[in-house]
Amino acid sequence: MSDSHVSSLRVPLLAEERTLAQLTEEISAPLERRPGAAFWGAFALSFSALCVGVGMVTYQIATGVGVWGLNKTVGWAFDITNFVFWVGIGHAGTLISAILFLFRQKWRTSINRAAEAMTLFAVICAAIFPLIHMGRPWLAFWMFPYPNSRGSLWVNFRSPLLWDVFAISTYFTISAVFWYVGLIPDLATVRDRTKSKLRRFVFGLMSFGWTGSGRTWARYETLYLLLAGLATPLVVSVHTIVSMDFATSVIPGWHTTIFPPYFVAGAVFSGFAMVLTLIIITRKVLGFEHLITVRHLENMTKVIIVTGGIVSLAYATEFFIAWYSGNPYELFAFKNRALGPFNWAYWTMVSCNVLSPQLFWFKKIRTSVAAIFLLSLVINVGMWFERFVIIVTSLHRDFLPSSWSMYRPTVIEVGTLIGTFGLFFTLFLVFTRLLPVISIGELKAVSRWARGPARHDVPAAAHGAPGARHAGKEAA
Amino acid sequence: MSHKVLVGYFDSEDRLLAATRAARAANLPVHDVYTPYAVHGMEEALGLRHSRLTWVCFAAGLFGLLSAVSLQYFTSVVSWPLNVGGKPFNSAPAFVPVSFELTVLIAGLVTVAAFFLRSWVLPGVSAHALPRVTNDRFALAIATEVARFDPDEASGLMRRHGAVETELAEVAR
Repeated sequence: MSDSHVSSLRVPLLAEERTLAQLTEEISAPLERRPGAAFWGAFALSFSALCVGVGMVTYQIATGVGVWGLNKTVGWAFDITNFVFWVGIGHAGTLISAILFLFRQKWRTSINRAAEAMTLFAVICAAIFPLIHMGRPWLAFWMFPYPNSRGSLWVNFRSPLLWDVFAISTYFTISAVFWYVGLIPDLATVRDRTKSKLRRFVFGLMSFGWTGSGRTWARYETLYLLLAGLATPLVVSVHTIVSMDFATSVIPGWHTTIFPPYFVAGAVFSGFAMVLTLIIITRKVLGFEHLITVRHLENMTKVIIVTGGIVSLAYATEFFIAWYSGNPYELFAFKNRALGPFNWAYWTMVSCNVLSPQLFWFKKIRTSVAAIFLLSLVINVGMWFERFVIIVTSLHRDFLPSSWSMYRPTVIEVGTLIGTFGLFFTLFLVFTRLLPVISIGELKAVSRWARGPARHDVPAAAHGAPGARHAGKEAA
Repeated sequence: MSHKVLVGYFDSEDRLLAATRAARAANLPVHDVYTPYAVHGMEEALGLRHSRLTWVCFAAGLFGLLSAVSLQYFTSVVSWPLNVGGKPFNSAPAFVPVSFELTVLIAGLVTVAAFFLRSWVLPGVSAHALPRVTNDRFALAIATEVARFDPDEASGLMRRHGAVETELAEVAR
């Protein structure tokens, strides 16, 4: 690490000092050893959940969407709730990989790989719901504009649901590419150190002949910056467009201009909770507690405080505007949310999303891994209920009291949700065994961040005063 | 096409940076460097021009935007105009989201493809990475097949800057 990063004011990013070779060794170790009982236990559990989901979806497709608990009044419920929930989860990964990169937040290097993987898996889970809601998922390609024999009947570009098709597929593609580009140097690292012939072949193929050339690195840095710059507005656009699925309709409770920022903040809020859940387990199981330190977790809880605050403000604003607008339907929708038959869901949401993150104001809680883990689960639950509340309570008592109705998910719907959790965790577990969960290259670049320059290999005389060197570098 | 180079191995990025700067100052034919991670300041030390990928990205983005606008205009106004809720056929504000998404999609994919092709980092390219440069070594490669190459001067300079080892090697590009 160049001493341009040395500052007595900064705290080292790694809890323990490591040489470059040690970092390679430690991070690639899980790929090269046989997984233990804990892994197989977790895998069995997730895989069983996945199988439940596969069974439910198969039954639903074979029978029809009628197996869901939807009715004439509540035509949208569990499926879209889960869709918005999963897409939201994904947003934290892009925030960490792209936005924190643009803000030069070096601590992101320990967690960005896993968070980006989480994004991909969450988007896969999300995409399942609109797909199966079509009833005939094999005709999903009808959603794309292509010349066809029906007179070339085109898709409706004025529909937010179509915007969603483009937003989600672009988001998935760009996230996958961004993730893979980030992986290439690490794949080469694994390729060059492995003793297994098969692994050398596979990683050799996947690392695209990476040699670590300085010229390539220079272009790579430019590419990475460009992709981060593209992914940043992209991630904001995705949940904005998701919120427009609701906001462009004329349903009281949905038809508000506050939805885009409110949804984006909520997405980041829930996503960070899910990153924390996954990261806390991963660092424990793989023994990466010195690489993904309590400081990383603490930083993420701070993001949760901010985004949780925005979400709380949005809840309050909605109520204020419902009253201030003087629109009786709007006011009724919100009174019904807080006091109607689904009030238990509303107050679950408020206690999980508004009250529980306030505990993170205490340093003791921010630095207690167990407390963070518990609260991350609470927030996950809360954010699921947020989407449920927005969707179902706005629909179930509409303009005509004679068509008021209730909604209750069927076993099939609950099983499908469980199935997506199974898919998500199965994919993540497989990922921790096949690919380096921490970006080895990026972590090496910051491993001596804020550590004394004289400790390693460069003799003090070769340096001159660190301050003077620092100034010179900045100028260059 | 492979090149014969004289490689000096260093064990820290600071030494490699210093050696690279010195080699360029001494007018040695620096072929390339090989490092386990992107070394801050190496672009200047190697005297590389700023990457033109930014222009590729801009052009691809522009192309994506124009394609998206044309696609939506063609399908909604020319090919089969449909009256949706009494809106004008060319309801431009409604076309913004898809235009934005396709701009990002095409800009991203084309930039990545341009990077892969320009750097020749592609599936099927077999790697000839120098030993340990993807792990913990930093290598400076001096081209040997040019007139101004002087083996003693080159290895002397690298040793003076703390090279732990020098050797002749072949690199692919």
